[in-house]
Amino acid sequence: MPWIRNSNDHNCTMPLLEIENLTVTFKTAGGQFTAVDQVSLNIEPGEVVSIVGESGSGKSVSMLALMDLLPWTATITADTLRFDGLDLKTINKAQLRQIIGSKMAMIFQEPMTSLNPCFTVGFQLTETLKIHCGMNRAERKKRAIELLDLVGIPEPQKRLAAFPHQLSGGMNQRVMIAMAISCDPQLLIADEPTTALDVTIQAQILDLLLKLQKEKGMSLVLITHDMGVVAETAERVAVQYAGQQVEKQLVKGLFSNPHHPYTQALLNSLPERSNSRLLPSIAGVVPGQFDKPVGCLFSPRCKFATDLCRSTPPVAASLEFGRALCHYPLAEGHPTNYPKEVSA
Amino acid sequence: MFLYLLKKLGVILPTFFGVTLVAFVFIRMLPGDPVLLMAGERGMSEERHTELMAKFGFDKPILVQYGYYLKQLAGGNFGTSIITRKPVLDEFITLFPATAELSLFAMIIAVFFGLPAGMIAATRRGSTFDHTVMTGALVGYSMPIFWWGLLLIIFFSGILGWTPVSGRISYLYYFEPVTGFMLIDSLLSGQEGAFSSAISHLILPAIVLGTIPLAVIARQTRSAMLEVLSEDYVRTARAKGLGPQRVIGLHALRNALIPVITVIGLQVGVLFAGAILTETIFSWPGIGKWMVDSIFRRDYSAVQGGLLLIAAIVMLVNLAVDLLYGLINPQIRHTD
Amino acid sequence: MTETTIQEAADIVQIVDDRPTGVRAQLAEFWSYFSENRGAVMGLFFFIAVVLIAVFANFIAPHLPNQQFRDALLQPPFWQTGGDVKFLLGTDAIGRDMLSRLIYGSRYSLFIGCIVVSFSLVVGVILGLVAGFFRGRIDTFIMRIMDVVLAFPSLLLALVLVAILGPSLINAMIAIAIVQQPHYVRLTRAAVMSEMTKDYVVAARVIGVRALRLMFITILPNCMAPLIVQAALSFSTAILDAAALGFLGMGAQPPTPEWGTMLAEAREFILSAWWVVTFPGVAILTTVLAINLMGDGLRDALDPKLKRS
Repeated sequence: MPWIRNSNDHNCTMPLLEIENLTVTFKTAGGQFTAVDQVSLNIEPGEVVSIVGESGSGKSVSMLALMDLLPWTATITADTLRFDGLDLKTINKAQLRQIIGSKMAMIFQEPMTSLNPCFTVGFQLTETLKIHCGMNRAERKKRAIELLDLVGIPEPQKRLAAFPHQLSGGMNQRVMIAMAISCDPQLLIADEPTTALDVTIQAQILDLLLKLQKEKGMSLVLITHDMGVVAETAERVAVQYAGQQVEKQLVKGLFSNPHHPYTQALLNSLPERSNSRLLPSIAGVVPGQFDKPVGCLFSPRCKFATDLCRSTPPVAASLEFGRALCHYPLAEGHPTNYPKEVSA
Repeated sequence: MFLYLLKKLGVILPTFFGVTLVAFVFIRMLPGDPVLLMAGERGMSEERHTELMAKFGFDKPILVQYGYYLKQLAGGNFGTSIITRKPVLDEFITLFPATAELSLFAMIIAVFFGLPAGMIAATRRGSTFDHTVMTGALVGYSMPIFWWGLLLIIFFSGILGWTPVSGRISYLYYFEPVTGFMLIDSLLSGQEGAFSSAISHLILPAIVLGTIPLAVIARQTRSAMLEVLSEDYVRTARAKGLGPQRVIGLHALRNALIPVITVIGLQVGVLFAGAILTETIFSWPGIGKWMVDSIFRRDYSAVQGGLLLIAAIVMLVNLAVDLLYGLINPQIRHTD
Repeated sequence: MTETTIQEAADIVQIVDDRPTGVRAQLAEFWSYFSENRGAVMGLFFFIAVVLIAVFANFIAPHLPNQQFRDALLQPPFWQTGGDVKFLLGTDAIGRDMLSRLIYGSRYSLFIGCIVVSFSLVVGVILGLVAGFFRGRIDTFIMRIMDVVLAFPSLLLALVLVAILGPSLINAMIAIAIVQQPHYVRLTRAAVMSEMTKDYVVAARVIGVRALRLMFITILPNCMAPLIVQAALSFSTAILDAAALGFLGMGAQPPTPEWGTMLAEAREFILSAWWVVTFPGVAILTTVLAINLMGDGLRDALDPKLKRS
């Protein structure tokens, strides 16, 4: 069965990134807020994985937790958190800082504000080279020009002395990508890298990311809310809803045979798939801190919801069903094991 | 950058003329006859009165008088003191270094303690240190500084006897002023103990004068840092694996300093206002005390000239701060 | 599968937003933010206490402020040797009870604050509204005048103004009010300019609201938040400046028991009678501190950026 190929279960090659039951809670004025609830994900070297979800689904938070970029109000717990064999739960901050920015890098959503306005592009680009790779000034400059060229910035020598506000959004994002890959990372996390850019630039940036990923053989985690982007880029997809991972499977299977009602609803609300005047949408809103339903978090909005769904939290289904967090995972669009009385 | 400068100058020039107008009008707003005022208590004869009226042009229309006044200013004539009969400009230049020295020291104290305090308070938000610094700053600028000065005098001069009560240096020492800055001059004089005497005289007034700027700088630095620390580029810096010292001390601070520099610059006006009170309490022979004394002595020429000169200096400093701001803010300095 | 129609969607999604509305609700919401700041609440209570002291001074003060007790000159506070419970905080050089003078003095400080703030607020808001609303030459003219006022150090200008007008409490208040103008004008102008770009103003204009009504009824209420904070802060500045002028002998004249003037009279006794110097300053400090704490609390409570939903 094709979807067993890259599984969370034991495999011959060691996964680059192993996350098991990651939970992140924030201390807020209203109590503890669970932003990420028991998320598991393994990433192989050279793989492209996409994490999809609405705003507030916790898709960014899990990756930020990995990179130690969360504020002090966050509590991170996990059964396993391993990168390239290194146990991230036990290493100290200094060791973690050696990996971050060099072997594991991240780029963010807003390129215009993600670069420091007070320093030149060249300075910011060569910082990682200085600190992680120990290059001297001449080497750094040469490498910086190479990197800018690699990400498709014309006239790289001139750009070294430019300030971020003198470049466009697309150029800034390219600089961010150059910064991220400067020390040849094994894992690149891209948190909605194209959301803030024009549509034409979006395509260019995505192409660039994929090209770099192939050339350097690094793993790419693409966080997005755009199913179109997922379709074009990912090999495997994890779907998140309200902090929980509701489905995880290969991209082709996800699109042709979604196993979780939320995934199905997401796909159905794509404009390309509509066949009537009214665009379908998912009624209801994502639960916030104070109105988390008992039972399945998606049950208020799910058209297949039964009393069981509303009362008991579901357990992740088997691999066959993409680990869907559902009592009645879908197969070919219909819920399995569905009680007959309800489906009338 | 050039356009920015031009714009700032464009605002300064009319303001400067406005300031000269205020100084000009001031003496004419006083109740009574300007010539009689200038004569002071002695009064004068009728002929002398008419003679002087004509000489100073007080009988001409007001606009012409203003023109004369501007011409005088352009020639460096800021009036003549009624009491001392010396040019106001000369007196000002003699006394200015004392105020400058005091203000400079006060500012150094304010920045040296205020900036790090604000920075650390921001990085340790909500901690005891943060609360202490913020409460201290609040008390600092709620304080009537003339009272604060008196309290410090009671404590350090009266009870402890560590510092003197007034003046710039012990009367035991005398030397010709070279720069006007007592600290430098005392060193140059080579007299033993002169420098330490100068310092012990300077320290208390400088602390008093610097209290409000210190409080303001601490608060502003803290709020600027807090804002900067939540910015995206700080997260990017952390994502590059940079250590906290570099992230805060280089990436964050550089950005936080930009608004803080403006605040520091604006404190110059506050320093002058504070200098009036501080110099009065410590009998510090500077511009502030001179202005107060001139007002009480009804030396209106001195007040007029002094007003104009002080305003001009404040405006120049503000212009310099604006310039500095334009230089350190890359978005203004490098505009395509 | 069937799509969800708009009607069905509306039925499924029951938006229950039953938060209370209206002026009372706004005040309640404001109070809940304000009261989070303990310092601000303490400042508020202290300020109310000062107001009550000022209002009921006649009943609270043990003696009259200008009543001289010739046989009790420079008496120390009651807890020191030589002190007497009759004069709890001691007496000054001509035998007047310190406590009573301080109590009556609160009236002057509060009076100064109220008058100065009211005057500056009214004039500053009008000028700021006009400048921000009409822009162009009027705006430039008004702002240049404000720049001229700002070019002078505030206390110096106030001092010179009082020198022209003659030293008295009223003149001191006028001088301080003039010196504080630019802050209000700038604030109002900035707030007005940013509101002018908003849609509700455009909408009001489209339906034909005239300039005067537009300025005062449509735009002004939305600019109140920073103005309220500024009013609180300039209240305390006014008290400090008036005390400073009094200290220099240019404000309230003796024998008025204004706190700054009391300090001026006390200056010669700093080493011999500490209580004459300390208490008036403490009074000024605590009152100004309370108002500044309130101002901080107001700013945090009214700042839209910090508004939590």
